[in-house]
Amino acid sequence: MGMTIESRVLPGIGVCQELELHDGRRIGIVTRRNGHRDIVIYDEDGDGAAETIMLDEREADVIAELLGAPHLVARLADLQRSADEVITEQLPIPATSPHAGRPLGATQARTRTGASIVAVLRNGATHASPGPDFRLEAGDLVVTVGTRAGLDQVARILEGAGPPGTG
Amino acid sequence: MLASADHGGSHIATLLIELGAILFALGILGRVARWLHIPVVPLYLVAGLCFGQGGLLSLSASQDFLKVSADIGVVLLLVMLGLEYSADELKQSLRTQAPIGLLDGLLNAVPGAALALIAGWGPLAAVTLGGVTWVSSSGVIAKMLGDLGRLGNRETPAVLGVLVIEDLMMALYLPLLTALLAGGGAGSVLIAVSVGVVTVSAVIVLATRFGVHVTRLVGTEDRESLLLGVLGLTLLVAGIADQLKVSAAVGAFLVGIAVSGTVAENAAELLAPLRDLFAAVFFVTFGLSTSAGTLLPVLPLAVGLTVVTAGTKFVTGYVAARRSLVKRRGRWRAGLELIPRGEFSVVIAALAVGAGVDSRLGPLTAAYVLLTIVVAAAVQKLPNRLASIKLRQRQRERERSPAFESG
Repeated sequence: MGMTIESRVLPGIGVCQELELHDGRRIGIVTRRNGHRDIVIYDEDGDGAAETIMLDEREADVIAELLGAPHLVARLADLQRSADEVITEQLPIPATSPHAGRPLGATQARTRTGASIVAVLRNGATHASPGPDFRLEAGDLVVTVGTRAGLDQVARILEGAGPPGTG
Repeated sequence: MLASADHGGSHIATLLIELGAILFALGILGRVARWLHIPVVPLYLVAGLCFGQGGLLSLSASQDFLKVSADIGVVLLLVMLGLEYSADELKQSLRTQAPIGLLDGLLNAVPGAALALIAGWGPLAAVTLGGVTWVSSSGVIAKMLGDLGRLGNRETPAVLGVLVIEDLMMALYLPLLTALLAGGGAGSVLIAVSVGVVTVSAVIVLATRFGVHVTRLVGTEDRESLLLGVLGLTLLVAGIADQLKVSAAVGAFLVGIAVSGTVAENAAELLAPLRDLFAAVFFVTFGLSTSAGTLLPVLPLAVGLTVVTAGTKFVTGYVAARRSLVKRRGRWRAGLELIPRGEFSVVIAALAVGAGVDSRLGPLTAAYVLLTIVVAAAVQKLPNRLASIKLRQRQRERERSPAFESG
């Protein structure tokens, strides 16, 4: 990797991190204390912004997610190769589910069905790329990507029809 | 203060009506400022001037309340400023930007002081007006840089560095001014300044070492207790500082610096609406204390002062950016960015006018602050626009491409 990131403190505002891309252009990321981010593309001088994209906290999170989750894309690509029809569904965790209150890893959804749980929706908030330790709760909506058959299997597991993962 | 029992119900009615009308009008001004893309502070000042003594309307019932609110407004402005900086940032800026701070002080305080002396307003007015022309507005400039998308620019740390030094210097200047205004001799002035120097250094050292404890004193998960805790501590320290003639504003600033980390962030978030309210009242009250009629005679002075000190600020910013190895266009931007004066200039002038120094300082400062902000807003995009015109000349075949307009 070996990329040099130049950091500048902006007293009272936050910090600006600048780096050079492989084609020689330079971009900067300003992290403001209030969570807002600016993406800066430098002009031909290299000192000033030719273009600044201002993101609020939510937008910055989404973009970070998009940039920071290449493994997710890779996983989708794998699925794409293995099946013609890859679809996404939001599967509920019913109150009767044996997985309510248990970690996501215990469902062993991916190992057993080939489908991937890519996000959990809870109380209107999105928990993207939940890890195996992520604790599911009754009422959650589990965003799952996979084939029709895979998704049906995951739904059965979450409802408790399949045997709950036992190690 | 709020109406006490011996005043009748009608007094309370008048108070509420006056206060409501003022705040409502300020709310509308805020929208106008947003629409015009200028900071709202100058509009508050103008509004105050229009309705001031001898203006369109005289306020009877709410005067005392406004006076107290204005004082609280200054305290809140300063504690918020302190909360924005961490002690480490202050130390670092002081270490790297000290020469620029010195240049900045000399270049920009001298024109103001000189004008007051030439006009024959006396040495006290000279010290005051020197302060007014010295300090750029960190509030206005930080907001402007953010809106223009220039936070990532290489000259920006230099510009912010100048602002930090100025704000720190205020912690020495305000006690000096307070002591001078109190009419003390050389001895008491010396004491005030030394107390200022010692307290500021002590607070910066203590805040880096023991800021955790101050933070723990007020830090709590509960928003309500945090708000009351920070506000209480700030008013307490400001009051004690005022009693010691170090100026309430400096006390508040130091509390802001001492509180750090997430507590500072949360406190700033909670105090922001209060600051907006009371600071608005402060600016309006400052305008109210002078009548619109006094504005016109000082207008030529304000214009002259704006021209000269816009030039001196430009030099400051240009040199500061050059020191940070920024190329010419960035130096131009830095120079122009530092032009706006704002809250501190008004705080300084309000102190002096309140202490009975030449009353023309009030309208002069109001007009001056207004002019610097308007001029600065008008010229900000010049360096990039000029550069893109040059670029366009080089690429004549692509004439009037809209992509360059926004530069």
